[in-house]
Amino acid sequence: MHDYTIRAFVQGNAEFVGFDKYAEVFGSTTFPTALLNTAVFTLVSILFQYAAGLALAVFFRSGFRLSGVLRAMFLVPWLLPLIVSASTWAWMLSSENGIVNSVLGAFGVPQINWLTSPDTALLSVIVANIWLGIPFNLVILYSGLQNIPGELAEAASLDGAGAWKQFWSITFPLLRPVSAITLLLGLIYTLKVVDVIWVMTTGGPGNSTTTLAIWSYREAFGTGQPDFSPAAAVGNVLILIALVFGFLHLQLQHRQEGS
Amino acid sequence: MQHTRRGPAALATTVALATATAGLLGACSAAAPDEASEGSSDTYTWWDPYPQHDESSDWAARVQQCGTDAGVTIERTAYDTTALTNQALLSAQEGTSPDVILIDNPAVSTLADTGMLSTVDELGLDTSAIDENLLAAGVAGGDAYGVPIGANTLAIYYNKEVLDAAGVDPAAVTDWASLTAALEKVTAAGSKGITFAGIGTEEGSFQFLPWFWGAGADLRELDSPEAVAAVELWKGWLDAGYAPNTVITNSQNTTWEEFLTGEYAFVENGTWQVNSAAEAGFETGIIQIPARDGGGAPAPTGGEFIVAPVQEDAERYEVTRQIVECMTTPEGFVETATTFAYYIPPTAEGQAALLEQNPELEPWVSAVQDAKGRTSDDLGTDYPIISEQLWTAVQNALSGAGSPEEALKAAQTEAETATS
Repeated sequence: MHDYTIRAFVQGNAEFVGFDKYAEVFGSTTFPTALLNTAVFTLVSILFQYAAGLALAVFFRSGFRLSGVLRAMFLVPWLLPLIVSASTWAWMLSSENGIVNSVLGAFGVPQINWLTSPDTALLSVIVANIWLGIPFNLVILYSGLQNIPGELAEAASLDGAGAWKQFWSITFPLLRPVSAITLLLGLIYTLKVVDVIWVMTTGGPGNSTTTLAIWSYREAFGTGQPDFSPAAAVGNVLILIALVFGFLHLQLQHRQEGS
Repeated sequence: MQHTRRGPAALATTVALATATAGLLGACSAAAPDEASEGSSDTYTWWDPYPQHDESSDWAARVQQCGTDAGVTIERTAYDTTALTNQALLSAQEGTSPDVILIDNPAVSTLADTGMLSTVDELGLDTSAIDENLLAAGVAGGDAYGVPIGANTLAIYYNKEVLDAAGVDPAAVTDWASLTAALEKVTAAGSKGITFAGIGTEEGSFQFLPWFWGAGADLRELDSPEAVAAVELWKGWLDAGYAPNTVITNSQNTTWEEFLTGEYAFVENGTWQVNSAAEAGFETGIIQIPARDGGGAPAPTGGEFIVAPVQEDAERYEVTRQIVECMTTPEGFVETATTFAYYIPPTAEGQAALLEQNPELEPWVSAVQDAKGRTSDDLGTDYPIISEQLWTAVQNALSGAGSPEEALKAAQTEAETATS
């Protein structure tokens, strides 16, 4: 990799430094924190997004009255500009005058510093991100459910399988390919989330909500001194992680097709 | 059961569409630089960070007037402050720099470091009248790279009604101890104490610096006992409930909104809120930020510099110089000051002229005279690196992720590795 300081950036004479920048990134004290935050943020987010999306998709499949309207309303988080929803979450979670604290306060819960305490800041941005990701999971899983023929469920219920049994033995296994692609896309989207976290906490307090993507953004654009080389190195690490999971997905698909 | 498989025809269409789109995009991006580099000899380009002043504004008219006086047309483009630095770097890389840029003062040394700015000597500008402490932010390696068009800085605004109710005399707030005592009285009387911006960006460092410097600390030594004392002051206010917990994520605008609710006794904020303070629903006043043991603390200067990027055609500098001089006459400074509510002029003559029109700005003029550039002390391009560590340390200490000593020690280690 070339060492692009801003001087080199303008004059175009960046020095080739091999893997020095990667060594610098891996050796940084921010790296373990960012990696751990990324892992927690991504895994918890997609797990809950998927579970909630699936539950809602199954719920809406029964096609009751107004289900179309309700389903459309569930898309709102997806349609809102991210800066709007992230700012709204930040206001709701504000320590002094946020609505969340005032509701909790009514039940006698003492003030919780959602965004300003290192213990809860990561949790807060995860909650906001889950809310944002549910519509995507809902839409994909719902369309996946449409492809499962209703006769199978009918046959199963004739055989005496209850709703719970039907779901685990028929719907869920048949939904597996769609689930896999939903999780993979969710993973890739979540890995590179910058906007939500940046608007809510700018990666703080300290480094407690700094993910790899936030770190990369901060190095490049978040300070008065653009530092493109480490930012690019971190970005490449992120691509590698996404790639690994991509291959994992392909591998799983091969095995499924083989069996 | 319906299985829809996409036929080869559909796939081919998609590919063709994608290729066509990519081709179009490519064509667009290739065309853009050509257009920009076609600067004709009587059109001069001007970039500034004031998108709030559009083409029909007084500001734009003034810029045009300076162009007309120099016999050229000025093409003005306004960018957002942070976008402007990136745009300037990109244009320098492509060799399409504008003739004049108005840029935030800490960015001057960053741009100068790339070699893309001409010095004031090369332009032939006279900077002898400009206050030393304000010009210092644009000096790197002994050369000045720009002229400040005005300066603003921080002070403490107070809500007179809240102070009166608590029996606090703002004139008695002269050092840290008396300020903390005032906060104690105010909160005991049922109001809220002070609010400030401790956000994890440059704004956080900007707001912390008066306390940092007021304790006698040095940016080269983030873990000095003086620095620890400054962090402990803020942390103590938070722990005692004199300052709200939201300061950790507050931007300066948010703190001002908090203050305007009328619940807070004090807020740390800048010259740019003078008009808003006058319109507040309660009586306000300002005091200079006190140093630890009394006296005024040096606050960091804000405000833009006029800089002139290097041009291939050296003959353009003559007109550029005329444009810059036109913007920096004493009358020009006063006009700039009132346009931007308020930039204190950087020359003694300009300050006198401003005070004649607005005598109530006196405390701000003295605050600016005491102020200090963030990139001064020959910090230059090291400043942004140190600043990032400083705001991180403040955030860690305030949020309780570490003690002030630990946080500052870690920051100093990081800053030393990054700047060495």
